[in-house]
Amino acid sequence: MPYSKKVLILFAHPSHHRSEVNVPLFEASQQIEGVNCVDLYASYPNMRIDIDQEQSQLNEHDVIIFQFPLYWYSTPAILKEWQDLVLEHGYAYGGGGDALHGKTFLCAISAGGAKTAYQTEGYNHFTVRELLRPLEQTAHLTGMNYLPPFTLFSARTAVEENRLQHHIEDWLRILKALRDDKIDISATSNAITLNDALRDCLSND
Amino acid sequence: MTSYFVQACIYLCAAVIAVPLARRLGLGSVLGYLIAGVIIGPVTGLVGKETTSIQHFAEFGVVMMLFLVGLELEPKMLWNMRNKLLGLGGLQVGVTAALIAVLALLFGQQWSIALTIGLIFSLSSTAIVLQTFNEKGLNKTEGARSAFSVLLFQDIAVIPMLALIPLLALPELLELSHHAAGHADEHHQDISLVTGTPGWAHALIVITAVAGVVVGGHFLSRPLFRFVANSGLREMFTAASLMLVIGIAALMSVVGLSPALGTFLAGVVLANSEFRHELESNIEPFKGLLLGLFFITVGAGINFDLLGTQALLIAGLTIGVISLKALILYSLTFIFKIVKSNQWLFTLSLAQAGEFGFVLLSYSVQNNVIPQDLAQLLSLVVAISMFLTPGLFIVFEKIILPRYQASSNSQEADNIDEQGTVIIAGIGRFGQIVNRLLVANGVKTVVLDHEANQVELLRRIKIKSYFGDATRPDLLHTAGIDEAALFVIALDDKERAVELTEHIKHSHPQLRILARAYDRGHGYRLRHAGAHYVVSETYYSALELGGEALNALGLHPFRASQQKGTFLETEKAHLEELYQTWSQATDDDKFNESYREIFMRLEKLLESAMNDHRNASAAGSERGWTPPPKGYTDDLAPD
Repeated sequence: MPYSKKVLILFAHPSHHRSEVNVPLFEASQQIEGVNCVDLYASYPNMRIDIDQEQSQLNEHDVIIFQFPLYWYSTPAILKEWQDLVLEHGYAYGGGGDALHGKTFLCAISAGGAKTAYQTEGYNHFTVRELLRPLEQTAHLTGMNYLPPFTLFSARTAVEENRLQHHIEDWLRILKALRDDKIDISATSNAITLNDALRDCLSND
Repeated sequence: MTSYFVQACIYLCAAVIAVPLARRLGLGSVLGYLIAGVIIGPVTGLVGKETTSIQHFAEFGVVMMLFLVGLELEPKMLWNMRNKLLGLGGLQVGVTAALIAVLALLFGQQWSIALTIGLIFSLSSTAIVLQTFNEKGLNKTEGARSAFSVLLFQDIAVIPMLALIPLLALPELLELSHHAAGHADEHHQDISLVTGTPGWAHALIVITAVAGVVVGGHFLSRPLFRFVANSGLREMFTAASLMLVIGIAALMSVVGLSPALGTFLAGVVLANSEFRHELESNIEPFKGLLLGLFFITVGAGINFDLLGTQALLIAGLTIGVISLKALILYSLTFIFKIVKSNQWLFTLSLAQAGEFGFVLLSYSVQNNVIPQDLAQLLSLVVAISMFLTPGLFIVFEKIILPRYQASSNSQEADNIDEQGTVIIAGIGRFGQIVNRLLVANGVKTVVLDHEANQVELLRRIKIKSYFGDATRPDLLHTAGIDEAALFVIALDDKERAVELTEHIKHSHPQLRILARAYDRGHGYRLRHAGAHYVVSETYYSALELGGEALNALGLHPFRASQQKGTFLETEKAHLEELYQTWSQATDDDKFNESYREIFMRLEKLLESAMNDHRNASAAGSERGWTPPPKGYTDDLAPD
């Protein structure tokens, strides 16, 4: 394996055939060598998650990514189920639970609301980083480095406004940087989204 | 008797050698038959004058072909295609016939001859074009679909043309033939109901006959076919199919109508019948052979002296016809917005004259519309234009297609994105559910069953199904296995299900097979035969009922459902091992000691997966949501 980090994308979208943003983003990710892409709803159409299989898959990767559309300020159901089942005591946390230590974790999300809605003055009142605090804390408790969410706002009109292509290009740069271990995690610690910190965290390539 | 055998042998030999060769060279079977005819006729002189009498017999192949054309015409499909069919097809035939007729007039032909020539050259070769589309995988392109609607219109247009041509008879030719027929009439009197009847009675008889075909075809054919089908004898169904076609042809001749028109009508009437595919596969080989014979006689009748003496004229006419037809087709692409490479595919594929040209030519000679020598000249033009068709396709593939492919990959890919059909063999309790789910999701299915009563029952509740034995290759062919996306085997006969799987695996190795198994052993046999997915018919319903039982015993519904899932997954994890043991065992002892051993081990594993979460190798239901141990938070506090 010539790449320094192995990247795993766990993709959750319960309505593939209606997806305008996430499926193209997921498909583009599959073109990147050294990135392993898993469609959770395809692997477990009945939500019967295979804990052993998922844990051994986690063990083989260094960067774990959740990719999903934001549903009620959180993940689609299968990703919550995945956390509840796979991140067991004694595996991910607690006595002897250090399997994830030192790995990197981030979310790639799409949000319906505009960027201005996701702030204290906006109608959503919280930033996406604040809303995803449960995941950030899960990363901390399991010993993983956390990156702010890579976010596409106003996702419902992204295609019409020709914003998707640019978004995908940014994402592919990030994936390559993660794989080649060329991302400066400390430069992102105060950013609300990974998009904001892009210039600072990616070394010139 | 001996001479018949020798002749038949010559014809068959020529066909058997020439047709496969022609196909291999990409020329198509029609040209193969023509070449065979040329070789045994003008070139080697193995056959002689009798070709004309054989030709009359062989024309019955055309009658059968029109019956099959009729069978393919589902009213619904025609309605969906109406714009292209009438617009594109009608304009192509109309404009081409008119322009060629005008040119023929300018060349000094009589108007009736000119019109006939126009009609003859307005047709293209359905056989060559459709087969080439198939071979080159162009079927689903926009160009091929448009070409198909034009060809379909032409096939239908042949019927009125056959009716029209006798009306164009030339008085001087008529007289000549009456002279010749004078001798023949003494020992050969055609049976006819209409000679000597007054006009009104004639009309009445004709109307009654046509109505008889339509009404009889609709109401009487089904009970008849069901009666024959229930006998279970294959050859009786073949006999009944032939009886139907020949009977209608006879009736039509007796009342003085075209047999082709009658069988075409009967075909349309039966297009929606459950016996459609079975009829098709029974008539198809007869039609194929007779039409082949017809083309051989056309080839054998080609006048090579003419080709030698009038080479320039013939070449000029052929090139003229092809260019004119191409020009008209090309102009039509603008009106109907056929663009890019499809525009050229449409233009080049239909520019030749067709096999119906031969039919109309020999028909017009018989009916004294066109003099024999002119017919010989024209049939050379038709034949040569057909010989040039593969060349035009090569021009399309090698020169035109590459130009468009580079620039418009994404555009053209969109059009090919069509879901194929799913063939479902067996429409009993099992197949019905599969079919309903697929149809409700807009998937096209073709349903086959060999129980005529079952098919009848389903048709009553508007499930479209066809009578036929799905284990027969020719029926599978007419049901469209070559274009199918999936094959579902839901037969309840265990042996036939395995046979069918083996057959499909052999003939269509790429086709995905989903099969219903009676039990475990049958499932293994199906898998061994090549099925990609096998499910035991009772497995899931038993599991469902088992879960319900757990529920009823007081288990929490979610827990019961989880236990079912665990059961399923543990079984699945051992499927492969059990199958391998089964397939390695000897035939007489498939479920041997070691198989039983594995099975017993599986039972133990099931038990532990259900109850012991620490030991579960599959994701047991006890393991998920296991709460952390009491006091675990002590470990989590910061150091």
